[in-house]
Amino acid sequence: MTAAVFFGCTFIAFGPAISLFLFTIAREPLRVIFLIAGAFFWLVSLLLASLVWFISVQISNKESTSQQKGLLIFGVVLSVLLQETFRFAYYKLLKKANEGLLALSQEETMPISIQQLAYVSGLGFGFMSGAFSVVNILADSVGPGTVGIHGDSQHYFLSSAFMTMAIILLHMFWGVIFFDGCEKQRWFVVAAVVVSHLVVSCLTFQNPQYVSSLVPTYIIMLSMGIWAFYTAGGSLRNLKLCLTCKDKDFLLANHRPR
Amino acid sequence: MNASDSDEELYNERSALVPSENPEVPSYRPDPDHSPTEDSDSKTTGFSRRTRPGGGSEREAEPEEEEEEELPLKYGAKHVIMLFIPVTLCMVVVVATIKSVGFYSEKTTQQLIYTPFTEDTPDVGRRLLNSVLNTVIMISVIVVMTILLVVLYKYRCYKFIHGWLILSSLMLLFWFSFMYLGEVFKTYNVAMDYVTVAVLIWNFGAVGMVCIHWKGPLALQQAYLIFISALMALVFIKYLPPWSAWVILAAISVYDLVAVLSPKGPLRMLVETAQERNEPIFPALIYSSAMMWTVTMANPADDQPSETDEEAELSGRRAEPQRRQPGPILEDELEEERGVKLGLGDFIFYSVLVGKAAATGGDWNTTLACFVAILIGLCLTLLLLAIFKKALPALPISITFGLIFYFSTDFLVQPFMDNLVNHQFYI
Repeated sequence: MTAAVFFGCTFIAFGPAISLFLFTIAREPLRVIFLIAGAFFWLVSLLLASLVWFISVQISNKESTSQQKGLLIFGVVLSVLLQETFRFAYYKLLKKANEGLLALSQEETMPISIQQLAYVSGLGFGFMSGAFSVVNILADSVGPGTVGIHGDSQHYFLSSAFMTMAIILLHMFWGVIFFDGCEKQRWFVVAAVVVSHLVVSCLTFQNPQYVSSLVPTYIIMLSMGIWAFYTAGGSLRNLKLCLTCKDKDFLLANHRPR
Repeated sequence: MNASDSDEELYNERSALVPSENPEVPSYRPDPDHSPTEDSDSKTTGFSRRTRPGGGSEREAEPEEEEEEELPLKYGAKHVIMLFIPVTLCMVVVVATIKSVGFYSEKTTQQLIYTPFTEDTPDVGRRLLNSVLNTVIMISVIVVMTILLVVLYKYRCYKFIHGWLILSSLMLLFWFSFMYLGEVFKTYNVAMDYVTVAVLIWNFGAVGMVCIHWKGPLALQQAYLIFISALMALVFIKYLPPWSAWVILAAISVYDLVAVLSPKGPLRMLVETAQERNEPIFPALIYSSAMMWTVTMANPADDQPSETDEEAELSGRRAEPQRRQPGPILEDELEEERGVKLGLGDFIFYSVLVGKAAATGGDWNTTLACFVAILIGLCLTLLLLAIFKKALPALPISITFGLIFYFSTDFLVQPFMDNLVNHQFYI
């Protein structure tokens, strides 16, 4: 509960996301705008889920903790489903906007491709989701206190930070995979994204047994990452070329000598 | 303590967004062979023309076409970002101050003379009534000040307006900055002597006056404008009673809408008068993201009542649509540097909303939600600006989104998220 914990957890939770933002999104105004719009869509989905949960809590028995916990679980599942619905709605909106812009400008290429939009919108969802999950915890970690003094887990902050990092990256991967599934009309891909999101959220019901919730989440994150990599057009060959600085297209695009 | 009157005069006008020059939407060219032989001047307003090869070399033409086609969209997006950054900076300054310096979020019994009805009553109905009455008084003050400004402008009382603005900016840059510095020192328990403070404040204020009212580097001018908007927002957050502040925010968005869009609205008349006379409207009262201002406006602006001031914000929240077009030829060459203008009052009220979200309750989720909502509202407003190409009020959409998200996040999302965080469930 010091500055060290605060900075450590902040960088664990937001480090990858912020570096992705700085290196790939910050210089392109269009991408920044679509990132913020993605964050806004996630926020609206959370609002609707909270509204339903709030109404259900008001009409329920507030004394019974098991009922409250059941309602919370219901709220989580509903929220996940709404998030994915809003992801789909954002996809539809982006398609329409792109078509409109294309018709308006008479050209054959769009200023921002649907793959870039998938990545950016996924990251937008991730940022907002991560921020809402962890910012209050980080704010509390600056102040004095002892973690878990009443017998709760001592690793609360650290596990929250790691979970948040996983969720942000997962949202980005899900965004890429989801949009690609919608583009190619492969609905099982879309269903897989929804199911994996539900699985990740349901795994967190086992907290504070962090091993059983964090480890599977990271495994899912890695597999989603690999899937998204292949979906976005990556391959082992591309990866090798990129890592050994021999990828001509990449170097040309970044104006570096071969 | 009652804040001085000149501060109150500040919020007069509604701000609107000024497109310095809107990129034209490319017109539909029913060209069957898809290789335009003439330049697409409709797309590139002012950009250097690119000659195109004839029909045969379509391949080569395509990258250029691609680039030019992307330009109007990228151009518009760039303007949005040019406004996102200062608005974000202003909000960050306000939120950082509110969260660290306790002075601005302390309960105070002092109220501005413009909100005389107290909210200390336990009766909810009475409290609501008092806030509405406070709002009515505040808005009437604003309306009267705006009309006064328009009348003065119409009858060319430039010296009076200029003096008014200078007085207000003097007050902000010296007195309020001194208070702010004092509170920051108190919070961090820094020992400081009056001589050092005098030198600091003198330098800060003098450079600010020069930058804002005369000439200065654009970045410095922008920084000063952002800082004084933040200072003004902090004053509002401290001295407006809680419920009155929310009702005032809502009422001011409505007033903004009416004042800018209705034919008899004072702000619209102000803009039209300025357009007829081919003069800038108080250029320094408006945040401008473009460099062209200092280059082309150096001459005509010398005897203009332009500079940011609280009044500017109050008054200067108007957009100036096509003022540029009949301007000097210099404008065409510097087209790349053109930017969008946003009145300082917008900055202030956005920051008031986000600052109040940060001040009430120790919750960051509400602050974040309001921040995103305001940015999205600004984005939508700029989109409308690109479509309609005339002065638009920048407050209504953003403040509406901000208010909706503030109340819904505070009452609905917050309990839900608190419960989730307690059990460490993730959604």
